[in-house]
Amino acid sequence: MTLPSSKSEPLSILDRPNSYIGKAVPRPNLDRLMQGRGQYVSDIELARMAHVVYVRSPHAHARITAIDVTAAKKMPGVIAVVTGKDLAGIITPWIGVLSHLKGLKSAPQHAIAIDRVCWQGEAVAAVVASNRALAEDGAEAVTVEYEELEAVTDMETALDPGTPVIHASLGDNLAFERVHDAGVVDRAFADADEVVEADFVFGRHTGVTLEPRAVVADWNPAEARLTIYQGSQAPHMVQNIAARHLGLEERQVRVVCKDVGGSFGIKVHIYADEMATYALSKLLRRPVKFVADRVESFNTDIHARDHRCRGKIGVRRDGTILAFEIDDLTGIGPYSMYPRTSAIEANQVVNLVGGPYVTQNYRARARVVFQNKNVTCQYRAVGHPIACSVTEGLVDLAAMKIGMDPVEIRRRNLIADDAYPCSSPAGLRFEKLSHHASLTKLMQMMDYGRLRADQTELRKKNIHRGIGIASFIEVTNPSAAFYGVGGAKISSQDGVAVRLDAQGSVVCQTSITEQGQGSESLTAQIVGSVLGVSMERVRVILGDTDNTPYGGGTWASRGAGIGGEAALQATKVLRKNILEVAAAILQANPAELDIADGVVVNASDGAARIELRELARIVYFRPDTLPPGVQPELMATRHYVPREYPFAFTNGVQATWLEVDIDTGFIKLLKHWVVEDCGTIINPQLVDEQIRGGVVQGLGAALFEKCIYDERGQLTNANMADYLVPMSCEMPDIDVGHVVSPTSESELGAKGAGEAGTAGAAAAVSNAVNDALRPFNVTITEIPLTPQIVLTALGRI
Amino acid sequence: MTASIPISLEVNGERVEASVLPRLNLADFIREHLQLTGTHVGCEHGVCGACTVRVNGDIVRSCLMLAVQAHGGSVQTIEGLSDSGEVADLQGAFRERNALQCGYCTPGMLMAAQDLLKLQAEPSRDEIREHLSGNYCRCTGYQAIIDAVETTAGQRRSRSA
Repeated sequence: MTLPSSKSEPLSILDRPNSYIGKAVPRPNLDRLMQGRGQYVSDIELARMAHVVYVRSPHAHARITAIDVTAAKKMPGVIAVVTGKDLAGIITPWIGVLSHLKGLKSAPQHAIAIDRVCWQGEAVAAVVASNRALAEDGAEAVTVEYEELEAVTDMETALDPGTPVIHASLGDNLAFERVHDAGVVDRAFADADEVVEADFVFGRHTGVTLEPRAVVADWNPAEARLTIYQGSQAPHMVQNIAARHLGLEERQVRVVCKDVGGSFGIKVHIYADEMATYALSKLLRRPVKFVADRVESFNTDIHARDHRCRGKIGVRRDGTILAFEIDDLTGIGPYSMYPRTSAIEANQVVNLVGGPYVTQNYRARARVVFQNKNVTCQYRAVGHPIACSVTEGLVDLAAMKIGMDPVEIRRRNLIADDAYPCSSPAGLRFEKLSHHASLTKLMQMMDYGRLRADQTELRKKNIHRGIGIASFIEVTNPSAAFYGVGGAKISSQDGVAVRLDAQGSVVCQTSITEQGQGSESLTAQIVGSVLGVSMERVRVILGDTDNTPYGGGTWASRGAGIGGEAALQATKVLRKNILEVAAAILQANPAELDIADGVVVNASDGAARIELRELARIVYFRPDTLPPGVQPELMATRHYVPREYPFAFTNGVQATWLEVDIDTGFIKLLKHWVVEDCGTIINPQLVDEQIRGGVVQGLGAALFEKCIYDERGQLTNANMADYLVPMSCEMPDIDVGHVVSPTSESELGAKGAGEAGTAGAAAAVSNAVNDALRPFNVTITEIPLTPQIVLTALGRI
Repeated sequence: MTASIPISLEVNGERVEASVLPRLNLADFIREHLQLTGTHVGCEHGVCGACTVRVNGDIVRSCLMLAVQAHGGSVQTIEGLSDSGEVADLQGAFRERNALQCGYCTPGMLMAAQDLLKLQAEPSRDEIREHLSGNYCRCTGYQAIIDAVETTAGQRRSRSA
């Protein structure tokens, strides 16, 4: 591990004896999941629970002229058949806009379509039955008559005068546009020795969580309370939105998130069918369960990317990059998603292009258009893969043009490691990054020189291997600048409460959530380390709005950095409180005491003074024996949100080594490397596995994944046999290294690591493919890099 | 709708008598009728491997098999393999290596991995990748899973040596 900077504070938790910080300890409570004894939403059964199946539009754009539910209502087991009109009195529509995304517009969206459907898969009726199979039978008996309307599918023509406007009230199909101009772009291009341009195309893909979206909504009319069991990454956000649209107070809504079968951003949103399920429970006064099937998942889980971005770079012959310019276009479906909106990805692209580099000359335009396809929204590494692929693709093209090694051009242009703090041309503030240290480490890990030599040798044998490099920056630990300032009730702060129980163990309630990243582990590691107890004695409670402090949850690489710091601060207070009580019992000075392995000890010689178990016994059962005036507080709560920097940027660099079969167009991934700097590492194994999982999601986008729509807006590959995802046999081993630049904004110093892998993987693959194909004078700037794309570029088909 | 059909089978060593509709698949039978929810449903068309169980000694996709087809047979699910201790070492290796994140694929992954380890004492990494290539994991990127299976194979060889 390379440590370019170290924290000056002498006695941080990192130095405490028996600290878990930086240790690869196993996550707690994995047996539950490994023995098949977890509880995912799809496992939940409640008394009187009914099952809902949604009748969905087969058309991308159509007017609903009639819905006949008579036959369905007579089907065995059917409890109710409900249309959008029926539900409109229970739940109000919403508009997915945020005020800080100036000009963003969208149309009101209903839980179930009322007059018109705007994408294939939009729900038009709900059939509620005693079990799911009977509800599906009932759904088949619902007759819906449609008058098909022209579908807007091609984002390139969505703004043409001849294209129908999807929502007449909005005037056009432009949802959002952002223009940015910094520095002296025109002069920079005029001064450049070479200017290179390319069109980058990014396929529309989706999250494919292994557990589909699922919700159980349980309205108890006697309590006037709704309990929502849902695998959400942001339970308090769900609470707010459900309450707002059902006409309830937040105190009337409880959101419980137990085990979650994959999220990746798919489960950080609120979908129309989930809103409908909440409303159905209220309408029918009983628990209602909705579990999407795989076809529904493809047609209704948010999609992402689907960008076409024209990029331009100006460079001097000595390798100095003088300017970047981009023109990005993305199609987001018929509505901006609620409540996080569908303009964030394009906005991020504008923010992030050119981010690792010194040049301050940067011009960008991003346009976000409506179309009659499923909605797109934030999915792991929002905008990063696009910005990274465009930036790194342009840098490689520039290097090729001037005959410079791709590593060398990066060395000459990456922001120097001693230049911080500084700002990017898009106005982003960087506290401390480590591009050069990361690149140096990567070169060592991959043995760059040897690979180049191997490449040359193999080319003589007609074997075409390529090396791709991609530097990147990642947005983590977002402050209120992300959503709060735009008016969304999505908290950027998190809270942690810790208390000593009556046997001297610790109960910790945190507002971050767990979807497998290791939130529970990192929280227990921090609490155990700061307090001085073993992790086994720390029980972490998450994912329940009734039983945790208020907070944002786990998304945007924020759990460790924000929730972890709240845990640290809360535990410091609990520790102080415990030592004060111990000092009163022992007639000692709190400053002379410490806690180690569950025992209050002398700070000087470590001699045991009183066990926490005994201290807790006295406090809870014999407070009469404490000195007068001593009121122990063995529970402490702290909240945390970054205030100085809107985002804690991280950085890193990835490399891939692959082989292109020029006869079949198949690409074989041979090896992948990542060096990443997420600040303080709480659990290196968990960080590495976040990186690896993220990389593989990026590799899926690079090689396989694409939602293929036809010209009528029909999704033609909405199943796992036709929509390809990475499987074990196609994936390479991935080596992960670290540089550590802690953020000084928090005592913990942790930044996020959840999206770094996804941010740069596709860029590294694209650059490697172009590197492999150099002898053929071929450049491909489209993903996924299917055999068809490769062979077409080679002129072989 | 056709009438229910009585079936009799053994599940995790226990005798089960039930009356099921012919259209009911084995995955739904295991989850909904027996409440053994460790068998997960991911794609319902035999691609993702989350519903992998053992029927008469072979691993199968329980979403592609009807419950009535298991009549007279012996079914083992992740709960059974866990309680018998058959995969305890594999589970231990998964824990140490963090070879699971959300855990939704894990029961099926353990089923498939145990199947390989029974067939082959010393599988190469490529062979492990190949044998697990029908089990989709979106979280880990697979490497940790391959490592855990490789480690377990090594441990079993040294135990039996």
